[in-house]
Amino acid sequence: MAKMNLLQAINSALDLAMAKHDNVYSFGEDTGGFGGVFRATSGLTEKYGKHRNFNTPLVEQGIIGFANGLASQGSYAVAEIQFGDYIFPAFDQIVNETAKFRYRSGNEFNVGGLTIRTPYGGGIAGGHYHSQSPEAYFAHTPGIKIVTPRNPYEAKGLLLSAIFEKNPVLFMEPKRLYRASTGEVPEEEYTIPLGKADVVKEGNDITVLGWGAQMEVTEKAVEKAEEDGVSCEVIDLRTISPWDVETVTQSVLKTGRLVISQEAPITGGFASEIAATVQDKCFLYLESPIARVSGIDVPYPLCHEKEYMADHLKIYEAIKRSMNY
Amino acid sequence: MAKDKKHNTEIVTKPKWFDKDSVTIPMLQILKEDGSFHKDADMPAYDKELIVKIHDTMQFIRILDERMIAAQRQGRISFYLASRGEEAASVASAAALDFGDMIMGQYREQGALAYRGFTVEQFMNQLFSNEKDLGKGRQMPVHYGCADLNFMTISSPLGTQIPQATGYAFGQKMDKTENCTICYFGEGAASEGDFHAALNMASVYKVPVIFFCRNNGYAISTPAQGEQYGGDGIAPRGIGYGMKTIRIDGNDAFAVLKATQEARRLAVEENEPVLIEAMSYRMSGHSTSDDPTGYRTREEEAEWQAKDPLDRLQKWMMNEGWLDKDHVEEHHAEVKAKVLAALKESEKVPVPHIDELINDVYDEPTDMLKEQLDELKDHMRKYPDTYSKTSGRLD
Repeated sequence: MAKMNLLQAINSALDLAMAKHDNVYSFGEDTGGFGGVFRATSGLTEKYGKHRNFNTPLVEQGIIGFANGLASQGSYAVAEIQFGDYIFPAFDQIVNETAKFRYRSGNEFNVGGLTIRTPYGGGIAGGHYHSQSPEAYFAHTPGIKIVTPRNPYEAKGLLLSAIFEKNPVLFMEPKRLYRASTGEVPEEEYTIPLGKADVVKEGNDITVLGWGAQMEVTEKAVEKAEEDGVSCEVIDLRTISPWDVETVTQSVLKTGRLVISQEAPITGGFASEIAATVQDKCFLYLESPIARVSGIDVPYPLCHEKEYMADHLKIYEAIKRSMNY
Repeated sequence: MAKDKKHNTEIVTKPKWFDKDSVTIPMLQILKEDGSFHKDADMPAYDKELIVKIHDTMQFIRILDERMIAAQRQGRISFYLASRGEEAASVASAAALDFGDMIMGQYREQGALAYRGFTVEQFMNQLFSNEKDLGKGRQMPVHYGCADLNFMTISSPLGTQIPQATGYAFGQKMDKTENCTICYFGEGAASEGDFHAALNMASVYKVPVIFFCRNNGYAISTPAQGEQYGGDGIAPRGIGYGMKTIRIDGNDAFAVLKATQEARRLAVEENEPVLIEAMSYRMSGHSTSDDPTGYRTREEEAEWQAKDPLDRLQKWMMNEGWLDKDHVEEHHAEVKAKVLAALKESEKVPVPHIDELINDVYDEPTDMLKEQLDELKDHMRKYPDTYSKTSGRLD
C-alpha cells in the first residue's frame, strides 16, 4: 500500500495497464511529455516512449475518432479529453460511433478497447467551461458505460477495469478531488467491477445516493444528519450506466426513503432516471417523496458558484425534509 | 498540354505529386528587428496619431497583464491569461479596422478590446466578477465582451467562434453594412473541426471575414511544428479552401497593420474572405495555471525576447522622434497607477445580486427557474454565513 492522491492513483492504473500490454495507448491534448494539464499522464512518455503516450493536435472529434479506429483495430485506446466541458465536438463520434460500433455491425466490429478519460465537475472557480457534469447526455446513449470514482482507491481499481473492459467506457474523473482526496492504495494491479454500486455505510432510516465528487459532500451531510440521530445508508453508484438497480432498490426497500445528489442541473439529470426507476420498483415502500439535490437549471456560474452547488447543507436539509415528511 | 475542361485541370500522363514544398509562403515584414524599415517595403496607411495610439495600447496591455498576473499570484483573482509578446498582432490589426467591424476573439485579444476603448475599470470589473461586470460575473477572468464596442463575448471552447464569424459576416454582407468581421484564434484552435468548416463556408459564400491566426508557437504545452501540424503552418490551408492568404511577422506592428488594412479592403469591397497567419510567440505561459519551464527552454524564450513587438516599435518611434524615454516612463507610471487604482476599487464592488443567477438563461426567467431561485433563497436564509457574498441582499 502507498499513500496516493486521486491523480497518482490514475497515473498508477495507466502505468500498470501500459506495462501489462504493449498495445495500450494513452493520448490527448498536452498529455505527452508534459503529462497533461493535471499531470495524470506524467512519466508515461519517459517509461513507454512517445509512441505509447503522446500529444494529439487540438481536436476533440479527432481524438475520439482516432481512438475509435485504434480500438476497432484491436488495441486499447485510452483517450483524454482535457475537460469534460470540451467533450462536445466529439459527441458525434461517441454517440453515433463509439456507442453503436458493435450493434450496427452485428458484432463484426467493436471498440471495446476504448476508454475516454475526462475530468469533470465544479467547485474550482472554473465558470461555465471548466465545471460541467455531462454524464446525463451520455447516459441517454445505449452502448457506452459511464464510470466515476469517489477516491484514489476506487479510481485505480475502476480505471483498470474500464481499460480492459470489453465495452467502451467514459471514465469521468472528479477534478476537484484530484489532489484533495488522498488515501491508501495498493501499488499492484487490482480491479473493482463495473456496474456494481458500493454501500459505503449501512443504515436504516434513509438511503443517500451519489457518485464521484458528490460522495465527499454526501458524507459530510450524512455526518450532520447522524448527529441528529438519523441512521443513513450511503451508496456510491460508481457506474452511472448501466447502473446497479438491485443494490439501490434493496436499500430503499429497507429504508423507505431516498435522497439523490448530483452536481449537474436538475432537469434531465441522471438523478431523475434513478428516481423514476425506484418509485416504480419501491412504490408501496416509500415513506416520503424521492428527493433530488442538484444544481439548478442555469449554466454553471462563476460568481455564484457557492450558492449554485449541491453542497452538504442542501443535502442535509433534504434528508431532514424527507425524515419529517 | 491537354486540359480537362469540366474540372478546369491539366491532364498529365505521369504521376505528379505535390507536397508541402509545392507552395512556399513567405512572411511579410516591414519593420526589422533592429527597429528600422526594410527599404523597399510597401507601407500601410498611417500617421503619428495612429502609431502613438497603437503603441500606448500595447504598453497599456503589457502593464495590465503584468499587474494582473501579480494579482493572481496574490490570490486576488482566480485566473489570468496574458498576451505578452503578441500585443502587436491584436492591437495593430484592430487599428486597421472600422469601429463598426465585429471582433470575435479567442481569449488573448485584450489588445484589440483596449484599442476599441474598453476602459481599465471595465477590464477590472470583469476580472473581479463583480456586479459592474458586463458579463454579470458569470465567466472566468478574461472572458470579456462588449456589444457597444462590437466585441463578441469570449467563450472558452476553442475554435467555436470561427464558423460564427463566417455567419456573422454573411449577415453583414446581406445587410449591406460595409463592415466585416475579424476572427482571432491560435494555431492550436486551427486544428479544430470548426476552423475547417468556417473557412470552407466563408469561401463558398464569399463573405467579408478576416480569419486572423495568431501562430504563437504553443497550444498550452504542445509545440506547433510537428505536434500540432505536420505541414507548413496554417496559411496553406487558406489556399486549400480557395481564399486570399498571407503570412506576416506578427511582432511587426507595421506588417500587421498593412496586411489587415488590405484584408479589410478585400473583405468589404470585394467580399473576399481572407486568412492572415501572424507568426509570433507566447512569451507568457498559456495562463496562470501552467509553468512554461516544463515544456520549453530559456534559450528559446530569449531568442524571441529579441523580437519583442513593443521594444521594436519603440525603437522605431524614438528614431523617428515620435516617442521619447520620458513619454514611455510617464505613460508607464500613469497606466500603472490607473491599473492599481481600478484594481483596488473593483475589488470592493460586490458580486451580482443572487437574482442574477436565473436571468439571461432565456430572455425571461421561466416559472420553474423562479421557483428554483425561491427555494435557493429560503435555504440561504437558514445558512446566511455560508453564502456570505450574497446572503446580505436576499430581498
